[in-house]
Amino acid sequence: MRFIIKSFYFVFQSTLIMSDQDYLKDISEIKNLMNKSSRFISLSGLSGILAGIYALIGAAVAYWLVSKYSYGKLLLDGKVFNLVLLDLFLIAFLSVVTGIFLTTRKAKKNGEDFWDASSRRLIFNFLIPLVTGGIYILIILNQHKYGQTGALMLIFYGLALVNASKYSIGDIRYLGFIQITLGLICALYPGYGFWLWTLGFGVMHIVYGTWMHFKYDVK
Amino acid sequence: MSIIHNINKVFDHRIRLGIMSILMVNEYADFNTLKELLGATDGNLASHTKALEKAEYIAVEKQFIGRKPNTRYSTTSLGKAEFKKHISALEKLIKKQ
Repeated sequence: MRFIIKSFYFVFQSTLIMSDQDYLKDISEIKNLMNKSSRFISLSGLSGILAGIYALIGAAVAYWLVSKYSYGKLLLDGKVFNLVLLDLFLIAFLSVVTGIFLTTRKAKKNGEDFWDASSRRLIFNFLIPLVTGGIYILIILNQHKYGQTGALMLIFYGLALVNASKYSIGDIRYLGFIQITLGLICALYPGYGFWLWTLGFGVMHIVYGTWMHFKYDVK
Repeated sequence: MSIIHNINKVFDHRIRLGIMSILMVNEYADFNTLKELLGATDGNLASHTKALEKAEYIAVEKQFIGRKPNTRYSTTSLGKAEFKKHISALEKLIKKQ
């Protein structure tokens, strides 16, 4: 049977017979090209861990500021509030810089371009929910409705991750679902907002980053 | 012998398989993107895209971005169907042997 197939194929192709190995190679190359052309694969797990650590440190600083200078209550127009905002901004800034740095490094190692069609698509789709959420949070902060801030940050960040996951391999989709769930719980119990935020942005990033690091980076 | 029947000679080249794979998962891709991803030369890639175009498996769209000409490709529904047939034939062939 194998002989018949091969000889038919020989006639059909009128060239050399390809071996099974060649077909396998073809198939794996097809898969590889499909991934490479549509998904950005160099997200670094380590940057997730570091982002989580920044968030934990930032949360500790905010906790210390509020308990020491504000008697456990966060006043909207106070100096402490501005410091907490600065703290948040620093966490976000450091996380993004670290993420870009480590991901560029990993992309270089993989022979991938950091700024190609697949990464542009990933970043663009990640930013749509994130920027929407950011602007929305600023608007309601301006209206002095600050009870849901933690919940909204978690929810929009989760949506951004789920939206971006279509353009990357790795499992940021699940991290996204976890953040959304935490955000909704946080909306129900605003009193635990601080702890849920710390759990979502701090602990979950570290857990996820470690998992990614060992699943994809260390081979 | 339907398996052999489904092996499509038009796809029987690494570059052509590559072009089709990329276009299956992307709405479209331009010439330079294909060139980079496949590591092919201009002439090589052009001859293969022409072959696929002639078989009406891919569609070509020429336009200008600013002053630069830009050629982008997408799969036709015929091309998609044929490529799927080809891949499943390849897979069956591997399993049989």
